[in-house]
Parts: sequence; C-alpha cells; structure tokens
Amino acid sequence: MDLFVSMFAATIVAATPLIFAALGELVVEKSGVLNLGIEGMMLVGAAFGVWAHFAGLPMTVALAAAVLAGAASSLLFGVLALTFMTNQYAAGLALAIFGTGVSAFIGRGFGSTPVDAIQPVHLPGLSDIPVIGEMFFQYDPLVYLSFVLFGIVSWFLYRTKAGLALRAIGESPDSAHAIGYEVIRIRYMAVMFGGAMAGLGGAYLSLVYTPLWVENMTAGRGWIALALVVFAAWRPIRVVLGAWLFGGMTILQLQGQAIGLNVPSELLSALPYLATIAVLVLISRNRQAMALDFPISLARPFRPKG
Amino acid sequence: MLFKIEPRAEPSRQMSIAAPLIATGLTIVVSSLFFLSLGYNPLVTLYTFFIEPLTTMNGISEWLLKASPLILIACGLAIGFRANVWNIGAEGQLIMGAIAATGVGLFAPWQDSPLLLPSMVIAGMLAGMAWAAVPAFLKDRMNTNEILVTLMLTYVATLILSYLVHGPWRDPDGYNFPQTALLPYNGMFEVFDYSYRLNTSIFFTVVVVAITWLFTERSFLGYKMSVGGVAPAAARFAGFNASASIWIGLLASGAAAGLAGMMEAAGPLGQLSPQISPGYGFAAIIVAFVGRLNALGIVLGGLLLSLLYLGGETVQMSLGLPSSIALIFQGMLLFFLLASNFLINFRIRKLAMRTA
Repeated sequence: MDLFVSMFAATIVAATPLIFAALGELVVEKSGVLNLGIEGMMLVGAAFGVWAHFAGLPMTVALAAAVLAGAASSLLFGVLALTFMTNQYAAGLALAIFGTGVSAFIGRGFGSTPVDAIQPVHLPGLSDIPVIGEMFFQYDPLVYLSFVLFGIVSWFLYRTKAGLALRAIGESPDSAHAIGYEVIRIRYMAVMFGGAMAGLGGAYLSLVYTPLWVENMTAGRGWIALALVVFAAWRPIRVVLGAWLFGGMTILQLQGQAIGLNVPSELLSALPYLATIAVLVLISRNRQAMALDFPISLARPFRPKG
Repeated sequence: MLFKIEPRAEPSRQMSIAAPLIATGLTIVVSSLFFLSLGYNPLVTLYTFFIEPLTTMNGISEWLLKASPLILIACGLAIGFRANVWNIGAEGQLIMGAIAATGVGLFAPWQDSPLLLPSMVIAGMLAGMAWAAVPAFLKDRMNTNEILVTLMLTYVATLILSYLVHGPWRDPDGYNFPQTALLPYNGMFEVFDYSYRLNTSIFFTVVVVAITWLFTERSFLGYKMSVGGVAPAAARFAGFNASASIWIGLLASGAAAGLAGMMEAAGPLGQLSPQISPGYGFAAIIVAFVGRLNALGIVLGGLLLSLLYLGGETVQMSLGLPSSIALIFQGMLLFFLLASNFLINFRIRKLAMRTA
C-alpha cells in the first residue's frame, strides 16, 4: 500500500512536465501549426531557469525566465513557419537542434550543481490525512498549476469565442480569414503559448524534478509530449491521461531498477520509448477516431489572399 | 515605405543558387556578433573556425572524413523527404548499423577472410534498414507517424549500444572503458596515408551520391515519389503507390545511415563505443535541406556541415569556447536557409505610395 501510494505520487510528479509541454503543443496544433521543436524549447526553458536561479533570483522569477525563454525561442520557429511560410517540419527540427545547442551553452558551468528545488506545499489539515493526503495534497505548487492550466486550456478551447476562432483557424484558415480573423496573428499567439508551456515544462525538470542542470536533460520528453498530442487525438483530457501513463512507465522502470530486477537497466530505460510507440500504434490504427478532432490544416502554410 | 510580398510566377533559378550562400553569409555575420559579445575577436575566431581547419593536410583529411557520413546519410534522407516521408531517426539507424557491423567484425567465424569487410558492409546496411523497416511497417499498415517512431527508436538504439559496450561486448582488456575490442585488420577500411585517418570508405559515399542523383533526377520511380510528396492527391489520381514511397524512403535512408555507422566503426574508430556518432544522423537532416534535397547540393552541404564540426572542435581546443557552439551554428544555418528559401518562391516589392 505504501509502495502504491508513493508510486502514485511519483507518477503525478513525473507526468507534470509532459502535461505542460503537451498542453502547449495541443493549442499550437489546434491552430493548425505543427511545431516539432518542443525538445529544444524545453531545454532552453530548463537552462534559463537554472541560470536565473544561480543568478540569485527568486524561484518565481526563475520560472518566469524559463517561460519567457521558451516563448522567445518559439518565435524563431514562428517567424519561419508563419511569416516565411517554410516547411514546418524543417523549421521545428531547426529549433530542436538550435535549442539543444543554446541550452548547452547557457547551462555550461552550472552542470551538476544541485538546485534548491521548489518544495511541496503543506496544506494544513489536507496534507496530513493518511493516504489521501499523500496521494493528493503533498505536491509542489507547479503540480497544482498543471491542473489549473489543464482547466484553463479546456475551457479556452471549447467554451470561449477566442478558442472557437483558434479551432476554426486550425480547420480552415481560409474561411476564418474570410470572416475577418487574423490567422497569422492568432497562430503567432498560439505558437508563443506553446513555447511558454514547453519552457515551463523544461524548468520543472531542472528546478523541481531532477533538480539540477544536465546537458540534454529532457531525454526525449519533448518528443514524447509531441507523441502525447497524437495519442490524445487532440483532446485535452487525454493529454493528461497520456501523461500519467508515461509518468507511470517512467516510475515503473525506475522502481524496477531500484529493486534490482534481473534485467539490464538499459532495457528498463527503453520502456517509456517502446511504450510510446506501442500506444501510438494502437491509437493511430483507428483512422476515424483520429480524424475526429484532428486540425485539418495542420502543418500547411497559410497565406492570406489579396 | 511599404513592402509587398508576392508569389513569383516561377521559382527563381538565381535565388535557388543564392539562397544557401545568403544563409551561410548570415550565419557568419551573426556568429561574428556572437563571438564579439563573448569578448573574442570575431576575425580571429572566424579564421579559427572556418579557415584554420583546412590549412593542413590532416585538416583536409578530417574534413572529408566527417563530410562523408553526413553526405551519405543526407542522400538517403533526401529520397524520403522528397516523398514527404520524414525519417528523423537516422541517428538510431546509424547506431544499429555500427552495432551489426562490429558484431560481424568481432565475432564472425571468417575472421581471416578478405570477405570480412564486405560482410560487415552488408550487415551494417541490413541493420539500418531493419531499424527503419519498423516505422515503415507501422506507417504503411498502422498509419503511425514515422517522425515519432523513428525518434523513439533512436533512443532505444542508444540504449542498446550502451548496454552492449558496458556489458557483454566490453573489451576484457580495455581497462573497464565502455568500448569493444578493436576490429581485426581485415575488418577495417584502408587509409590512404598512414599519417591521416581518411580511408577508402569514402568511395561508398561517391557511389551513393551518383545513385541518388540518378534516382531522383533520372528515374521514373524517383519522379513518382516526388510527385507523391508535392501533390499527394495528384499522385493518387495517377495511380502512384503511396506505400511504395514510404518503404523506399525509409529503407533507402536506413541503409545509408547503417552504412555510415559501419564506416565509422570500421574507419576512424576501429571499434564500437558510445561516441560512435557526434550527431551525424541529426546533422544530416540539415545537410539534406542545405543541399535542397539534391545530390550535388548535398555534397556541398555535407562539406559545409563537416566544416562546422571541425571548426567547433578547433575553437574549443585553441580558444576554449564550448563545443555547444557547433550545434548553435547548425541550427542557425538551418534557420537562415529556410528563411532565404522564401526568396525562391516569393519576391518582396516596394510599394509605390498610393494617393487616396
């Protein structure tokens, strides 16, 4: 029981950076833009967060720095994909490579120096409840923030006029343009939101989860976040469920290594990646279900006529 | 003053040649500013980065040695990219090729046969193809996104490599370093000159460039695949087969990447170690785009990217700049290149002031 409770809690924490990054990418893709550069933006966020932290700034400012850095790096992609109408695959890959380099450059010198991580908050009363308290009320503030952001994103996409406009642009930018929406401007905002969320996800890794700077510390989480959006068939609730699933895989393999299973540790480490493939296959097979919430104009450059 | 962006009636030929030059120029300008901001003399740094590596015979040998796998992999990738098949996991296929080739080189019973090296070549290519066949099958039959599968498999390949060199394949006489024993002499490419590392494997790259050129520019199949990439609906209407594009695109790039991995193991490294590739599989994506998915352009792109690697090492050694700079330059070059490509299909015109 204790093991279950602690693994449950660890899963929620491991899923948090994925929820941030994947929710951001979901909004980007809903607007009809595919940004493959999440891995780079997360790394930039992680590095700038650590840099701000070691510059002596308070944690909230360090997080803000990571968010800003993520959003700024997404603009590099945005200018290419939206203004210059380049191939979005190539622009996203350029960002992934560039972000990896920039983060390694910013983070050099901070390598392996532990960070005073953001600590779980103690909620009087709630946190002390046996089992329930440990499962639901002993997290750091960012875990709660991830739930709040999930709520906001779902509400925004499906309950607001702006969300409807964003989705309309992802479906048919020409029609949206015809009725007066500024397609490129709204897509820029979506891309920057995605960058900010990826930066926050990266900072969660370097300031809470690990908590220190290691080159390439995201270890593919940016790509897994991308896979999560496909897995979720572009629905917010399934992004969160998917993130828990992968968080769970990560924790299971760590647990397997900790209890010394007679399996090579590399095999266990490969599990989350193999699970990603397996889940993608299962989801993608059903073309109809995939098509339901798929933004039809995804990755197609848009140029207003006239 | 107002500007107007308008599509060109036809892609500009001059611009398609000028775009990579503009991009390279912009990369050099921005990197000079970057060096300046770090307190280095930009002229000295640029000289150290782009010229100094090519002033010695050894430098030239290293330049070609690094360009070779980049060009080879990019040729394979370009075949797929033209057909909108996105193999992003060439790095994983490279690793699997190196693993299979080293396995044959170290453990095949025909150690003394002159056939050892050819069998390693075949093993490397087959392993690369097998690793790429997984996403091809999943894409073709299960509609699964090949970008994500090829990438995930790259992480898995890295872990397999790590397992082998830390575990069963570790050289017992290797002072506990995570690497295999050295390949036998029979299982190595000959060097042209014993002072330098450049070896005969570069002929494979030359042949692959020629094949890629023939396939993309002169074959009907290559043409059909490109049509499928540019206009899928038209290709379907003409009865061109999308599955064939998926399989050919992935298997060709997998074979090329596997061969490149084999060439690293049986060339400069002579063994398997976790440092089998400094990201060649990813950099080759940039090479393919810098070369505009064209075999001859890829040769130039490969030479440029190889120089970025070499320059990165030189500034790291002689000026103490961090090695991550090479990666920043790679990304920057691709950014500028994509932006300059815009000028091929669009032109920017000054608008005359209109009076209302």
